Amino acid sequence: MTRTLFPVLTVLFGILVIWFLAVAPMNIRVTLDQAARAGGDVVPTEAVERRNASTLSLLLNNKSYIAGGYDLDRPRLPTPTQVGQELWKTTGAMILKGRTWSKRSLIYHGWITLQSTFWGFLLGTSVGILGAVLVVKSRVLEMSLVPWAIISQAVPIVALAPMIIVLSSQAGIDGRGFPKALISSYLCFFPVMVGMIKGLRAPNAEQLDLLKTYSASGQQQFLKLRVPASLPYLFTSLKIGVAAALVGAIVGELPTGAISGLGARILIGDQFGTPLAIWSALFAAAILAGVLVTLLDRTQHVLLRKMGMRT
Amino acid sequence: MSWMIFAFVFWICAWGTNIALVRSRLSDTTAVKYTVPILFGLTIVVLWEAVVHSFAISPAILPAPSAVADRFINSTGMLWEDFVQTVLKGALRGYIIGVLAAFVVAILIDRSPFLTRGLLPIGNFVAALPIVGVAPILVSWFGFDWHSKAAVVVVMVFFPVLVNTVQGLRETDAMLRDLMKTYAAGYFKTLLKLRIPAAMPFIFNGLKVAATLALIGAIVAEYFGSPTRGMGFRISTGVGSLSIDLVWAEIVVAALAGTAFYGIVAFIEKKVTFWHPSQRG
Repeated sequence: MTRTLFPVLTVLFGILVIWFLAVAPMNIRVTLDQAARAGGDVVPTEAVERRNASTLSLLLNNKSYIAGGYDLDRPRLPTPTQVGQELWKTTGAMILKGRTWSKRSLIYHGWITLQSTFWGFLLGTSVGILGAVLVVKSRVLEMSLVPWAIISQAVPIVALAPMIIVLSSQAGIDGRGFPKALISSYLCFFPVMVGMIKGLRAPNAEQLDLLKTYSASGQQQFLKLRVPASLPYLFTSLKIGVAAALVGAIVGELPTGAISGLGARILIGDQFGTPLAIWSALFAAAILAGVLVTLLDRTQHVLLRKMGMRT
Repeated sequence: MSWMIFAFVFWICAWGTNIALVRSRLSDTTAVKYTVPILFGLTIVVLWEAVVHSFAISPAILPAPSAVADRFINSTGMLWEDFVQTVLKGALRGYIIGVLAAFVVAILIDRSPFLTRGLLPIGNFVAALPIVGVAPILVSWFGFDWHSKAAVVVVMVFFPVLVNTVQGLRETDAMLRDLMKTYAAGYFKTLLKLRIPAAMPFIFNGLKVAATLALIGAIVAEYFGSPTRGMGFRISTGVGSLSIDLVWAEIVVAALAGTAFYGIVAFIEKKVTFWHPSQRG
């Protein structure tokens, strides 16, 4: 643990430094435009000339304005501290003020996305496990289903997202929860199915032979050998699956004009030109993904240890 | 009603044929391996057509496959223009840039075990993030044309390829590296003749994941602003104006492009990593 912790922190620190340094060149044009409008002494003075000037020359000629780029309301690239502050303002500070479920709180939006993720994950995992069991049991189904499962992942789901929403609203299903969960399960089922197929086929010939000497029936062989043997594979793919389900829930919010959820925050931030809202929603999504994967990882650890497997 | 009966008969026949094919002695031939899934897919299309006709579903909700095919044939010019804009300009250029960048960074990082240990967990984490969310930011940085779409694709494909390449470069065991040393091979010789070839199965894993991500990135980015062409643009406006058959035609193009893209990468993988156990089947 400590062997990787120090390098990881170092790399993270390096990324933060690069990010911080990149803010100056990214924001210099906006800063200079604002300063020129406020009557500041900017070189070159004309907006057209500034547009043609290189970023480096702008930086060198206007050293006194560089600091301004780190404190813009609508920066092209916000600083890490700005993103952190915005994140705190929309989560922790909201809780302290007792407005956790306000429409401006990222906890509220995260909860909406988490719900779709959960239903999508549940549906996707069920379909994936069911598909894997069918494929392992029947060779006909294996040959007909597996190629289509692979092709289904090559179809960009986002192309289908608006369609799914049209279809489900015409079918009389209100709200965006269902289509979002469906999109999320579409991305989630494939890793689970692939992992489960591998897992159910993991027992080797010796183990299968041993069960035969116990005169185990096909069902017993399946339940007592194949299913337990598949669990490590299942958890590995569940971790991929839950991250994919979150991606699906957010993608499901993007092209559909949703008004609540982390994806909707990104969309609204884009439409209203508030980059800080986009960045904080992105980081909230990243934190959510991290929490979900860690939870599954811990469950895997505890469960497999209880079952006597080395993890 | 007659449509439904026909579909049912077709279903039973296709199902029976598939069972017979799989149980027959020919079940391991390539022809059967293609016939079985194609029959399965065909059955679904026939069922879809039958459902649309027998329940008289409005084409504004779910057009019949025949209507989609009709639309596809009649607007190949527009579909081709969208394909060029989204796939060839946005996705493919972004894919190439992103993959090359990841590859170069992976080889640079690989020289320092410290950086490798630090970057692998972060890369793994970032690869699992909903990176498509950066699309609006990148569209506002790089403008509406294909540049911003390529940028989104670069960001999306970078981490899966990086993580897989770094992992692959660590695959060779001490014995093989010692052997290279006895041949007096330097760092670059070892890298070129031993470690990169040994990493190929991992690299192609990343390349295949990235191939499907590239199309998603290019299409999503178009929802946030694009010139008046491109698959994502056509889909979002098509849904708005209820020309759903056109949307489905675009989805068919996306599916074909995605499958072809994946197929090409998988084909190259087969040629490059012919020595790997998973390819010898």
